[in-house]
Amino acid sequence: MRIELKNIYKSFDKKTNTIENLNLTVEDGEFTALLGPSGCGKTTTMLMIAGIYKPDAGEIRFNGQNVNALEPKDRNIGMVFQSYALYPHMTVLENIAFPLKQKKVPKKERIERAKKAAEMVKLDGLLDRRPGELSGGQQQRVALARAIVKQPKVLLLDEPLSNLDARLKIEMRAEIARIQKELGITTILVTHDQEEAMTLADRIAVMKDGRIIQYDTPAELYKNPKNYFVAQFIGTPPMNFIKGRIADQQLQIAGKSYFLNRSEFDLTEDREVIAGVRPHEIQFDRGGDIRMKGTVELVETVGYAKIVNVKVEEEHFRFFANTATSFLYGSEIEFSFPSASLHLFDARTGASLKREAGKEKELEAIGL
Amino acid sequence: MEMTGHPASQPVFTAAERWKKRLPYVIAYGVLALTTLPVIFMYAWLILRSFSDKMVYGIIPVDFSLENWRFLWSNIDQRGSELPSIWTATRNSFLFAGTLTVLEVMIGTMAGYAMSRMEFPGRQSLLKVTLLLHAFPSVSLLIAVFYILNFMGLYDSIFGVVLVKTALQIPMTAWIVKGFFDDVPWDLEWAGLIDGCGRLKVWFSIVLPYIRPGIAAVSIFSFLSGWSEFLLLYTFVISDENITLASYLQRLISDPNTVNYGLLSAVSLFYMIPVLLFFIFTQKSLMQMSVGGGKYV
Repeated sequence: MRIELKNIYKSFDKKTNTIENLNLTVEDGEFTALLGPSGCGKTTTMLMIAGIYKPDAGEIRFNGQNVNALEPKDRNIGMVFQSYALYPHMTVLENIAFPLKQKKVPKKERIERAKKAAEMVKLDGLLDRRPGELSGGQQQRVALARAIVKQPKVLLLDEPLSNLDARLKIEMRAEIARIQKELGITTILVTHDQEEAMTLADRIAVMKDGRIIQYDTPAELYKNPKNYFVAQFIGTPPMNFIKGRIADQQLQIAGKSYFLNRSEFDLTEDREVIAGVRPHEIQFDRGGDIRMKGTVELVETVGYAKIVNVKVEEEHFRFFANTATSFLYGSEIEFSFPSASLHLFDARTGASLKREAGKEKELEAIGL
Repeated sequence: MEMTGHPASQPVFTAAERWKKRLPYVIAYGVLALTTLPVIFMYAWLILRSFSDKMVYGIIPVDFSLENWRFLWSNIDQRGSELPSIWTATRNSFLFAGTLTVLEVMIGTMAGYAMSRMEFPGRQSLLKVTLLLHAFPSVSLLIAVFYILNFMGLYDSIFGVVLVKTALQIPMTAWIVKGFFDDVPWDLEWAGLIDGCGRLKVWFSIVLPYIRPGIAAVSIFSFLSGWSEFLLLYTFVISDENITLASYLQRLISDPNTVNYGLLSAVSLFYMIPVLLFFIFTQKSLMQMSVGGGKYV
């Protein structure tokens, strides 16, 4: 089902808008993530799609049809809550069959379908237990089974993995991805964990203060963040940043000036900027055209590589190094990266100064 | 790694040190025993008196007898007039406490839910006023209540008093129930809505079962308060066929010159039995009361 949100406003105290002029389209069968720090309005947005909250203004459409006035029970959605929200006085089977019972599905069919849903989330043998007797991971599976049992058109996941330990998280992540693909169900995931969003979603809407900052595929968000907020939010380890300025169409950072490709960056105006570079772009040699010196502060081993933390003037840089390389704490090292991998953001507005080179070329190609 | 806390290193106390350690307990138990003694003494006296002909020196029972319990199988004669059967009084007491419980819990849970979950103008002030209402002593309302009951033709009817008592009890019940509802996660209700229930259905099939311990506690509480109600029943119910146990007891002591203490003890014990049984079977739920209690206004 195609979900559209048009100019949505929502306020809880009539003074500040929790959601401000939000527009979002989720295509049929798509897996979309709403990503943002806590309090950015992502859960509110989801609850409006669910019909629990009513928007103050704007339109929510399912397949082009306005559903603003539709009750949650008539929207044909399934939802997994952060707390799982299982019914404690019912057994696992009763929990899963509950949505079917409300739809007056005959008992025999109900149990059959509930069992099938339980099978799908690998919940065999626990059907007679009560939620209180299950582990967090099992409860989460029950919640998922309950959400999909009535074969809803939309699946809403509100921070479904945040209460699980790291290992279980990865396991459930794969499980959710598999089920979503198997059912081809339009899915919206709310999360503050960028890794979760990046690995699961087809498209991610990065939210901040009730607005969508950027709505793009994970790859695009990673490669071309539209502004500073998205750049620092996406990626582990996070992007490295250093303050600098543009003067005479040159970039000045760490006491040096560089000429950059003017078709890639907007260098026309003199201004304060924040330069960013992803850790994996940095090399521990002089191969790149931007070179820096810094002192080693900390070396973290992650198995396949080492993450080196370097202090450059007042900024901190992280990059990956070969496990065979050894570093002396406090020693000065030199590293470099290609200027093409650089991101530039206006220090005041946070907007990216990268020209959308790719897009312009595309437009030229079709004769615009 | 060396193990620490070796068993051989356990401290050895001398007798004096041991006593010093025990002293706080000795004092505490001593004080508690002294203060509970009168209560225990009263109950002991009650039981002994009801099974004996008379007491000497106030506490020593003489001659075991069941004479005092004769009210169970025959009607008591007092100064020429016959008291109604104890079983009528018992039935009426159960009727009163039972109806009160049903009404109070039904109205209380609904009101408590509204106070906990719904936004409506005047909610805050309503919460405060209900507590204030509870602070009113019911004796100050007697005259007004009499007029109203009389006007409605409910004077001398158990049901009329049930209504009055319910009205007086509702504020507190609603407050306690509100505390339980406050603890129900919103997620649970939302899950119910999404799973296909209407608001009322969610309340009935998800929220109410969730606070079942709370409802049990409130029911017990209101039953007990109905069982021990005296003032309202004594004032507004006069006819013999509507007598309740509390009023029955009152009849026995109405004339200070002819009080039969043996009989009084036996009837008092009889009056206590349901409460004791009730408490033994439900004390686990009763302890839940501390879990609820209004928290958020």
